[in-house]
Amino acid sequence: MTRLLALLGGQLAAFFIQIFQMFRYFIQCMAEMWRVYLYRHQIIAQCYAIGVGSLPLVCLISAFSGMAVAIQTAYQMEAYVPDYMVGALIVRSVILVLSPILMGLVLAGRVGAGIASELGTMKVSEQVDALTSLAVDPVGYLMLPRVIAGLIMIPILVIYSFLVSIACGFVMSIIKMNITPTDLIKGMKLYFENYDVFVGLVKSAVYGGLLTFMGAYMGLCTQGGAQGVGRSATAAVVVSSALVLILDYFLTHALLY
Amino acid sequence: MKTKTAIEFVGVFKSFEAQPVLKGLNLQIPWSGITTILGPSGCGKSVTLKHVIGIEQADRGKVVVDGWDMARIRRGELIALRKRIGVLFQSSALFDSMTVMENVAFGLRMHTKMTEEEIAERVHVCLDAVRLAGTEAKMPVELSGGMRKRAALARAIAMQPDFILYDEPTTGLDPNTSSVVGDYILKLQSELNVTSVVVTHDMPLARRVSDRVALLYDGEAVVQGPVDEVEASKNEIFELFIEGRLG
Repeated sequence: MTRLLALLGGQLAAFFIQIFQMFRYFIQCMAEMWRVYLYRHQIIAQCYAIGVGSLPLVCLISAFSGMAVAIQTAYQMEAYVPDYMVGALIVRSVILVLSPILMGLVLAGRVGAGIASELGTMKVSEQVDALTSLAVDPVGYLMLPRVIAGLIMIPILVIYSFLVSIACGFVMSIIKMNITPTDLIKGMKLYFENYDVFVGLVKSAVYGGLLTFMGAYMGLCTQGGAQGVGRSATAAVVVSSALVLILDYFLTHALLY
Repeated sequence: MKTKTAIEFVGVFKSFEAQPVLKGLNLQIPWSGITTILGPSGCGKSVTLKHVIGIEQADRGKVVVDGWDMARIRRGELIALRKRIGVLFQSSALFDSMTVMENVAFGLRMHTKMTEEEIAERVHVCLDAVRLAGTEAKMPVELSGGMRKRAALARAIAMQPDFILYDEPTTGLDPNTSSVVGDYILKLQSELNVTSVVVTHDMPLARRVSDRVALLYDGEAVVQGPVDEVEASKNEIFELFIEGRLG
């Protein structure tokens, strides 16, 4: 029993140390903001890597999720609501929930894990120490550009995801459910709210900052060799995905009610 | 005004997760010349070096570099100090996403207002000093182990430092390449007249390049001084180390 309590106490202490360290990195990252001009080349390179590099995946996921939403909406609603409502439901569910969350989860895997393993490898091969020895702050040089790129590019990817999902859902509704384009457009126009787009973009910007920060944090805290890099990448994906889902609840609550 | 010693460790203790590494280390490194820190693997040589650039902080005791107490130094002063220190890491630590040219130019681009022509000229001089001229466009992965060490050495001297720290410069190299690296350490020392600290367990290299040596064992410097004095001291632990019998 005593041993169990000691183990639990140790785990709890490790958890709080981790939270404290995360907070310290966050503050350090914010403190480097004023030097953002110095890191402009890295920010552009990261925007390209995160944005352009993720486009094919975003396109594929969005297309299929848009089509699935269309079929599911028509299946569930066809007996109860007029056809044009399918268009309205596709647009609102894609913009408010589906695209932001799906992109958050998918990009936590692609971007978050990529950042964690890249910076983790730099850490274990002493490249991070080399940066420090060259009088360059690793948090400013490695973390800040990635977080800024995430804040900029993930909302852009989500806008792209909106368009692809809605377009594919639109086409699927016409082909499979025989809903007319006029009905779909009528429903989309009738229930489209600019505020929904704002909510979707706020969510995606938060997820963008979160998953790039978590990836960079896990990478910079890597210890050990290849195993440590693997652990960091896994932790970045798991923690980011969990936080995306948890934050989605709080953001939805805060922004819609 | 220059302090009496370039680098000084006064009663430094350092532990990692309750595993003590340095246990009251006292070490003096004078200005100019090459001081070699010897010791068996895992005795804390690299950790000692990391205290000099402020990557590690002492749990207790004092590390003084050029008069600056590393525990109290302000961020701006630490950055200024780091600009004066060149480090050759054990694994070379070249940035693998950059070419050799970009690696060597890194510090110059981050900290100086030199034009691209001036930077290219300086990079060429540094690469020439380590006989790597012509490899500017190569990526680190295209270089051999010895070439990577030399490229890292070129990066370490690009900012024209006052201190050069060598962390296990010959680890993983064949005897010929180790000898070449030793040549470069001596060559750079005579050309730049810096304060060099070499961390190694390679006794032939230490004998060849050192003005002074210090032997680290069990977290302390058990013996230190000019090479001939230390060898003449007949220190038991030093003798065991030379014979390769120090666990």
